[in-house]
Amino acid sequence: MAGFDKVVVSYEEAMSGLEDGMTIIAGGFGLCGIPENLIAEIKRRQTKGLTVVSNNCGVDGFGLGILLEDKQIKKMIASYVGENALFEQQLLNGELEVDLTPQGTLAEKMRAGGAGIPAFYTATGVGTPVAEGKETRSFHDREYLLEESITGDFAIVKGWKADRFGNVIYRHTAQNFNPLAATAGKITVVEVEEIVEVGELEPSQIHTPGIYVDRVIQGSFEKRIEKVTVRS
Amino acid sequence: MALSREQMAQRVAQELRDGFYVNLGIGIPTLVANYVPEGMDVMLQSENGLLGMGAFPTEETLDADMINAGKQTVTAVAGASIFSSAESFAMIRGGHVDLTVLGAFEVDVNGNIASWMIPNKLVKGMGGAMDLVAGADNIIVTMTHASKSGESKLLSNCSLPLTGKGCIKKVLTDLAWLEIENGCFVLKERAPGVSIEEIKEKTAGELIVPDHVPEMTFA
Repeated sequence: MAGFDKVVVSYEEAMSGLEDGMTIIAGGFGLCGIPENLIAEIKRRQTKGLTVVSNNCGVDGFGLGILLEDKQIKKMIASYVGENALFEQQLLNGELEVDLTPQGTLAEKMRAGGAGIPAFYTATGVGTPVAEGKETRSFHDREYLLEESITGDFAIVKGWKADRFGNVIYRHTAQNFNPLAATAGKITVVEVEEIVEVGELEPSQIHTPGIYVDRVIQGSFEKRIEKVTVRS
Repeated sequence: MALSREQMAQRVAQELRDGFYVNLGIGIPTLVANYVPEGMDVMLQSENGLLGMGAFPTEETLDADMINAGKQTVTAVAGASIFSSAESFAMIRGGHVDLTVLGAFEVDVNGNIASWMIPNKLVKGMGGAMDLVAGADNIIVTMTHASKSGESKLLSNCSLPLTGKGCIKKVLTDLAWLEIENGCFVLKERAPGVSIEEIKEKTAGELIVPDHVPEMTFA
């Protein structure tokens, strides 16, 4: 690797430095735009005691759900976790801690974390269980909650195309939380469908500028669909 | 007769206006998209990051990278835009969405809404519901008027943990269209053939019944 070249060739190298007890921020919404091979590499490594920040926790047998199989996740910070039986079981057994966070607040926590903003006020969650223990303040006669931002030891991101300098573009709604996660990792790893040469991507169309990205790897993806819905 | 799910969607669709950006929740709210009046342009926002959600795809156009907030595969209409989830919630929280329609377990006379958590039952999460109710000015809640066991969902005080505080002004149930004004439910319309007595009986929170309560009409 030299200069701005972020490309790595093995998944082992892509996740090098991951240790027990670390916090991982993951992009994806449901199974759409999830870094499926980076997740598989975390499973292969058997890293334990992880805090995972992601909108959802995959499904049984796919996505982040596979990290539940060997109890690698200690704490999950997510907005909606209803899609896997194993999650439910570990939650009820007390083997898994969950911090349910409103979706927009979760997105903003990542965005703010990556942007160097330690906390922000939002009206979301005022008067609800989410507000418990949080500072509130009134602005223009409305009450707001102080929410702390999130950063991670690692961010794992799924892009569509990246150049060797780590400039990334996402495809369709597979964008979702990915560009936010990308900003919030001490080490940000992006896996993409295609790595292109520097200069091939239109600069004004870049979603994630390479400054946020530490490692880029090209993978092949199953892209499982959670709810296939077609018109008749 | 109580309204069917389709009739509820039809009644909500009467509140749409040309040029509205609309967020529809899961369930009955989703059906509202089927009743957008002819000649009216409405753009649907899906909180994962899509403005201009279209119909479901065909088998041929199915794409794993095109889903809505319910995780169903969808298409985008001409003029759609796609963005990050932070951008999506900036639109929602910033009050840029003209109408939000969502379901609930309970609503009370103070405009509080409970829709995500039943204690001692498995809690799956609030998803984007708390952001939607906190950010939108124009919200319609759709739900049945009473539970299957006959208990009112229109209360003096929500009994379940809240999704949002003081943010609901309009409720459509299978029996009535109600608005919340000055700490009371006001009965604005009733479902065809449903008596005021039945609505009174099934509304636990304070209900104001004007002299004339028209029946809903459907085209």
